[in-house]
Amino acid sequence: MKRTLYADTIATGALWAIAILVVTILGAIILHFLFASVGTISLGFLFGDPSDTSVGGIGPLLWNSIYILVLTLLLTVPLGILGGIYMAEYAGQGPIPNMIRLSQELISSVPSIVVGLFGLALFVNATHWSFTALGGALALSIFNLPLMTRLTEQALRAVPRDERDGSLALGTTKWQTIRHVVLPLAVPGIVTGVILTAGRIFGEAAALLFTSGVATPPHYDYLDFSLGDPRSPWSPFHAATTLSVYIWKLNSEGLGTFVRQISDAAAAVLVIMVLLFNLGARWLGRVLQRRVTGAR
Amino acid sequence: MSIADPPARADAPEVTRPTVAPSSLSTSAPIKLQARGLNVYYGAKRAVRDVDLDIPANAIMSFIGPSGCGKTSILRCFDRMNDLVPGARVEGTIMLNGEDINGRDILPVEVRRRVGLVFQRPNPFPMTIYDNVAYGPRRHGTSNRAALDEIVESCLGRAALWDEVKDDYRKKSGLSLSGGQQQRLCIARTLATEPDVVLMDEPCSALDPIATLKIEELMADLRARYTIVIVTHNMQQAARVSDRTAFFTMGEDRSGYLVEVGDTSEIFTNPRERLTEDYVSGRFG
Repeated sequence: MKRTLYADTIATGALWAIAILVVTILGAIILHFLFASVGTISLGFLFGDPSDTSVGGIGPLLWNSIYILVLTLLLTVPLGILGGIYMAEYAGQGPIPNMIRLSQELISSVPSIVVGLFGLALFVNATHWSFTALGGALALSIFNLPLMTRLTEQALRAVPRDERDGSLALGTTKWQTIRHVVLPLAVPGIVTGVILTAGRIFGEAAALLFTSGVATPPHYDYLDFSLGDPRSPWSPFHAATTLSVYIWKLNSEGLGTFVRQISDAAAAVLVIMVLLFNLGARWLGRVLQRRVTGAR
Repeated sequence: MSIADPPARADAPEVTRPTVAPSSLSTSAPIKLQARGLNVYYGAKRAVRDVDLDIPANAIMSFIGPSGCGKTSILRCFDRMNDLVPGARVEGTIMLNGEDINGRDILPVEVRRRVGLVFQRPNPFPMTIYDNVAYGPRRHGTSNRAALDEIVESCLGRAALWDEVKDDYRKKSGLSLSGGQQQRLCIARTLATEPDVVLMDEPCSALDPIATLKIEELMADLRARYTIVIVTHNMQQAARVSDRTAFFTMGEDRSGYLVEVGDTSEIFTNPRERLTEDYVSGRFG
């Protein structure tokens, strides 16, 4: 009896220790970059141009990160959810669907530098677009679409059979059951999928080097809404160096006096953005679930 | 009647009777559901063998028998829920009001609307109580608010839940109810699609005795409007609530078959089959 109690105490302690370790590492990363960037981060830094004053700003890079994030999510989330519904509810278990599942897992784990080279051949050279935000978003979609599909499929499969049968037993069709019972219950899992893909998009550098480019952006005119003009920051065809790519570039070139300060501050901004995005996505997921399960 | 009474077998003649005698007992009510030559297979395995059974209208029929004897498989044939199980195959005919529910031009969704099913574990949707009950009618095309309000209120009333939820049923989630209330909500949800028949698959097995009693009282009320078939492991429950009882068991090949069906009092006090007597008196199963 005593021994089992000891074992219980030890196991509980070990799990606590692991949990604390994880939180500590996360906290250390955030605090390190926050402290390192004190004095650098200011409104001028966040919204200014890289060429500004002494230290320079990251405004266009932040813009590009968010732009590519949104564009990639627009490409992957709707398609990924539809694909996930198909794979979970209609495809079944034959050799072909299983081959698709295997391919999805393979593609989403291909090294991103390889995806970048593929993107260079297809979305930069073959299309004659040169380096564009759209090319970057498409390259990111190559490994995020299968991930999104797979995660949606798993979220849908995790919905208990009883819930589906409860709906079907009322004489509803399969699609009605998916739309009104299965999807709402899968919303938290799907939101997790969106967060995971979004985190990869924010953090990705390798796949974007050869697709959306590494050029230090010029001054953006945010009031220029001409979508076809590559000089407009709103255009999917503008060359779009992201914050992650910029951090890589600064450190690999190592030129300039303020490299350390700028890259630390940019890293802090990146971490905070990812954090904010996660919290926002979770909140949106809760609201969504309340809406789909509540009112209708 | 108590099932503890020894079965009165003294006056039963010592002759072997045919195993299945579906219509041998007289029933005044018209037949609501009729199964003939019913076989259910899961893959290569036969789960149910040659069942012939008549279920009278506006009565409660209980299915009893040991675990694995195919009671639930048979129940799920009556609303074509076996169609949803991969590898399941149903042979034989099932007539609902004299119409073959497996007929070529019959849609399974239509059958499931006319034959409701209440599950073993209460499974309300993660929505408000109102939305749970309105779910079926909405999917079937009722969008008029007043009409939905009326359906929801009357079904909650018929499922004996109205008094307990009338103050907050538009806001409160179905999941926040107690187990027994959830099961009555599931019954209300089923009644909202206006079925003829309500199938219940061990509806009280996850409930405490008081909640069970409420469901049993509710079943007695519902009998006036609906035909009810209940699968139960609890023989006292079958004895308490049902008018007719069908006893199933498992054969040598592990497929379930019907041993006998009769008025509940007959089955529990004066069964024709030795197997039934052993089961209801607790010597087996």
